[in-house]
Amino acid sequence: MNTELRELYQEVILDHNRHPRNRGKLEEPTGFAEGHNPLCGDNIRVYLQMDGETVQDVRFEGAGCAISTASASLMTEAIKGKTLQQVESVFHEFQEMVTATGEAADHPDLGDLEVFGGVREYPVRIKCATLPWHTLNAALKGADTKVSTE
Amino acid sequence: MSVLTRKSLAIETVRKDFPILDTLVNGHDLVYLDNGATSQKPEAVLGAMDIYWRFTNANVHRGVHHLSRRSTQAFDLARERVQVLLNARSLKEIIFTAGCTASINLVAQTWGRANLKPGDEILISTMEHHSNIVPWQIIAEQVGAIVKVIPITDSGEIDLGVYEGLLSERTKIVGLVHVSNSLGTINPVAEMIRMAHRFGAKVLIDGAQAAPHLRLDVQALDADFYTLSCHKMYAPTGVGVLFGKQALLEEMPPYQGGGDMIHTVSFERTTYAELPFKFEAGTPNIAGVVGLGAAIDYLGYLGAKLLDQPEAGLAERLDACFAWIEEREGELTRYGTAMLSEVSGLTLTGTATQKAGILAFTLDCAHPHDVGTVLDNEGIAVRTGHHCCMPLMRRLGVPATTRASLGLYNTKEEIDRLAAGVRRVQELFG
Repeated sequence: MNTELRELYQEVILDHNRHPRNRGKLEEPTGFAEGHNPLCGDNIRVYLQMDGETVQDVRFEGAGCAISTASASLMTEAIKGKTLQQVESVFHEFQEMVTATGEAADHPDLGDLEVFGGVREYPVRIKCATLPWHTLNAALKGADTKVSTE
Repeated sequence: MSVLTRKSLAIETVRKDFPILDTLVNGHDLVYLDNGATSQKPEAVLGAMDIYWRFTNANVHRGVHHLSRRSTQAFDLARERVQVLLNARSLKEIIFTAGCTASINLVAQTWGRANLKPGDEILISTMEHHSNIVPWQIIAEQVGAIVKVIPITDSGEIDLGVYEGLLSERTKIVGLVHVSNSLGTINPVAEMIRMAHRFGAKVLIDGAQAAPHLRLDVQALDADFYTLSCHKMYAPTGVGVLFGKQALLEEMPPYQGGGDMIHTVSFERTTYAELPFKFEAGTPNIAGVVGLGAAIDYLGYLGAKLLDQPEAGLAERLDACFAWIEEREGELTRYGTAMLSEVSGLTLTGTATQKAGILAFTLDCAHPHDVGTVLDNEGIAVRTGHHCCMPLMRRLGVPATTRASLGLYNTKEEIDRLAAGVRRVQELFG
């Protein structure tokens, strides 16, 4: 196995794929969204419980590849307890990291999420890593809508 | 097949005809097992197209000059090759299109518009490719017809009794895949066409995955329409074929209007060209069609090597070539099935008794996308995903599968590499 493949499938990713954290649904979420990657059939549902501006709880369900499952699992760990603004900044850094073509920039807010750095060598897999984040983004917007309509 | 082939072909010699097979991927010899998506092209096809561009290029059917005559001749010769490949009664029954998808859309929009009425039924199967589903949905919506679906068994076969129960006087056309791209199932199309004809229904057979593996005979099948995707049978992309029975094609209105498909044009009244040109508006993909002719000739050349009779015509040569392909690929399919069945946690998708060229599976421990990435790392090209068969994936209860699809140049050693690659996936994810 070559280095790129080891970089892609790091132990942390394999572990989160085997034992996803925060898997399941929330009964009465304040935000919900469903994401789908038609290319590979991956689908994910993100449930959010917001407390004002803070992510109080987050869960996910769905079937996907190791990259999207681990990405969803690590995402839920990374954003729990964070404010909307902090989540946005992590998402931004994450996207920047997996799509970066040049010199790797500093990502002070990513923490464990840095394990997805290897994805950038596999252009067709970038969407697998970002699908949970785009779905989260939609769920966050849904939460806003819900708040404003109630 | 009644052909006596007295010789066999050395596979290493055949492989040398396909220059791309020498590619190194991640430091490994390429193992190309994505023939169901597209096949590789032999030197004979690449050369014919190159020669066409360098020495023959001119538009067809209109110039009086030297190059235009030669170009037209090359184009027409390819149609003759296709007639032999399909055993069609007449050259008028062979329409060149942009691909199999274009062929099916042509039938849905012309035959469909002229013949389908509100409440009429279009029957398709669960294992159809999106290209044999969506064109029927579109025309059904336009004319108020109904699309009905033939279910399949768990092994990926059509139960003829169930199929018969769905046929009725309301059934106007049946759209059926000859060989499933996801399962490899060879459907009993001859029998299914006979059954449909008893109710007066027409039948379109999607032959995209059948043409590279089976000797075809549209007259023996009594198919009303038969469609080909030429890039899956060693020819270039951008060329397809629609076979249609002459009487049906004569009655059908044209599809696209433009140059080449007319007899005379005036602002008051336009008359259309004879078959097959009525359905070939605009400048065709001439180089692609020339490449298709060369691909059929290449298969004939392999057949000639197998036969001991130098005077054998193209039809006999193709008989011999496809007898060799069927035997070879059949053996590889059986071997691959046995090898993969030994892998624990692996489930084969599509276990029909009659299969051609497809080994599809799911693994307990890994998603097809991850399987594809790890195999690619070993230089093995497979397709992962829903294979443009989302309704079939839903029926199978899987989001996607990993599919290895065979071509005439694949070997047992390559199947061994695939099996070893799958075990490496297990080591990583198990």
